[in-house]
Amino acid sequence: MRQLPRLTLTLTAALCAALGSASAQKTTITVGVFPDLDSVVKAALPGFNKLYPNITVKINSLAYADHHTALTTALSTGKGASDVVAVDFGYVARFAEGNGLVDISKAPYNAGQYRSQFVAYTYPQAMTQDGRMVGMPTDIGPGAMFYRTDLLKKAGVSPAAMNASWESYISNGKKVVAANPGTFLIPDASEAAQIILRTGLKSGEGLFFDKNNTVLVDPASPRFVRAFTIAKQIRDAKLDARAGSAFSPEWTTAFQKGNLATEFSGAWLVGHMQNWLAKDFSGKWASQQLPGNTFASWGGSFYAIPQQSQHKTEAWALIKYLTTNKDQQVLAFKTTGAFPALRAAGSDPVFNEGVPYLGGQKARVQWRQAALKIQPLDVNKLDPIAEQIVNDALASVLDGSKDIPTALTEAKNLISRRAR
Amino acid sequence: MQATLKPPKARRRPSWSDFQRRYAPYLFISPFFILFFAFGLFPIVFNAFLSFHQWQPGTGLGEMKFVGLRNYTDNLTDPTFWLSLKNTAVLAVLSGLPQHLIAIPLAFAIQGGLRRMQNLVTAVYFLPYITSIVAISVIFFTLFSWQYGVINVVLNALHGLPLIGALFPAEKINWLGEKEYVQSAVAMVVVWRYTGWNMLLYLSGLQAIPRELYEAASVDGATRGQQFRFITLPLLRPIMFIAVTLSLIGGLQLFEEPFILTNGSGGAGQAGLTTVMYMYRTYAAYSDAGVAAAMSWLLFLVIGALTLVNNRAFGRSGLAGRD
Repeated sequence: MRQLPRLTLTLTAALCAALGSASAQKTTITVGVFPDLDSVVKAALPGFNKLYPNITVKINSLAYADHHTALTTALSTGKGASDVVAVDFGYVARFAEGNGLVDISKAPYNAGQYRSQFVAYTYPQAMTQDGRMVGMPTDIGPGAMFYRTDLLKKAGVSPAAMNASWESYISNGKKVVAANPGTFLIPDASEAAQIILRTGLKSGEGLFFDKNNTVLVDPASPRFVRAFTIAKQIRDAKLDARAGSAFSPEWTTAFQKGNLATEFSGAWLVGHMQNWLAKDFSGKWASQQLPGNTFASWGGSFYAIPQQSQHKTEAWALIKYLTTNKDQQVLAFKTTGAFPALRAAGSDPVFNEGVPYLGGQKARVQWRQAALKIQPLDVNKLDPIAEQIVNDALASVLDGSKDIPTALTEAKNLISRRAR
Repeated sequence: MQATLKPPKARRRPSWSDFQRRYAPYLFISPFFILFFAFGLFPIVFNAFLSFHQWQPGTGLGEMKFVGLRNYTDNLTDPTFWLSLKNTAVLAVLSGLPQHLIAIPLAFAIQGGLRRMQNLVTAVYFLPYITSIVAISVIFFTLFSWQYGVINVVLNALHGLPLIGALFPAEKINWLGEKEYVQSAVAMVVVWRYTGWNMLLYLSGLQAIPRELYEAASVDGATRGQQFRFITLPLLRPIMFIAVTLSLIGGLQLFEEPFILTNGSGGAGQAGLTTVMYMYRTYAAYSDAGVAAAMSWLLFLVIGALTLVNNRAFGRSGLAGRD
């Protein structure tokens, strides 16, 4: 409902602009986005039109998956893409491979000049191995450990003790579950492995491949062995609800019934919790950094310009406004809770305010710290395949059908087969 | 109906009549051919073309690279492809057999015993077939839920019964989270969904069997069981052939149910990963359109071969009804 005044404003602004500059040359550009990013763009238009009265922006919003499918089709056939397209983190590497998206590191865009203004790990996500850059980061998902204050208190466990290390997370987790029968420490044991896999990487190392395309998955790799071991310990101690991925029915129900003691996720989870996922538990949840001094990110979005766009200059003007304008990034944060990728936006007073759902905790400061510490990961076009294979290997370790060395050796062979 | 249609009055204007006789038929039938070429033939030809190329959708059509048979050999040496074929075969049997074993007696019972209620009962059994798969999966998700699902609650309650209690598990079963159970869970949904459809096929087959045969049989003192075995089953063979063929093809192309029930992941141990799911994953998640296209042709060969075997197994009588 808060969108309504903004919408009217947009319309009025567009109308005024149309009347005021009827003689001037007007360009109409289209923006392809998915919810909730569409509300961000919509909210940005009045400010943008003040600076660029000659550019009319039309928003094409599709559901998340449909948007990316339509974009894939448009890029493969060379027809039908919007002038500006939003690309989610999970799709960036895939689209980066071809030549469908404009390399914005080159003139006249020179996106590289803004690099220091952004949270460090965002740029590498949108860059290819040969140094092209296909998207400007707009929002990020710094990770946090959310926990139930009441359940921890009942077990006499302090949140600081809980996240001191992964080992203490497990040992204290056992106490929490023992003190609160019927609850689970975490929705799925594999979540811990996912975080550990994404931390402690050497520079130039990706998740599964290094710079030279060598497969890093290996029974001798400490990172993989530790990730699998910790996850297995959680599963063996019967601490997880075996809910599979986030947003699965098991996951949702466990949240709604208040049966979860902790969950690792991006800061954006609070929005879901207060709106539908754990409405009844307002004030009982709080946020902490991830265990063992680890930092990881959950998702993020980018804006890109398709090669087929006829209005690249105007498209870049809009992208620059959406991503590098501090006020706009703050407005985006206020509109949907999308955490800004632009560092300057993080210094806005709104970040020092408490989060009502988290009992007034000043969690945003914490998330901002986390965002600054997340390491960049080099992306590889084979990441989706490797991720699937590693997830399968992890699942077979968790359900006890394979031991860790066997699972990792098999995964290594399967990935090597593809990497040629 | 056709007798009431008058022949077109075209004698008076020869040119118009000429057009009508020579070209109008093509014009009228053209929508079919246009749609067929655009959405039927072209995709098949393009898919065949694609299966010999390496192509990432999203890079543009110009980026296609001819690689010969490599996509095929890639698939044939891919353990996951073989796993998906095995899963598909297991699921096809696990979900195909019960459908027919339930549908045939059910159709016989409805035909014989429920004459008056026949339409209502048929409609009720047919309902799952026309229900949206998304709605179905949401319901079954909830039913199969490990911690909170009704199926586990009922099974555990049955375990508490005397005598037969030992037949039921005491622990909650993680239907969709453990690889021993994923296939059974998926098969249950498929059986539930398609039994009604098969029953309808068999019912129409039963109605084609002359009543006199049954009357004669009962005069000769045949019991209902004997009538079913010696009259119904043999005369139902052509319909059985059609129904089994449809189940075979449908079973090997299984996608929706396992895809939605496992969130597209294939479930624990990839036990719910069917070949069509793997093909979709190769295309959408791995962006490997050529390999996915080759996979579809390999699956086509498998389906073709098995249909041929099925044809032989039923004998020529399957189609013609001769014996």
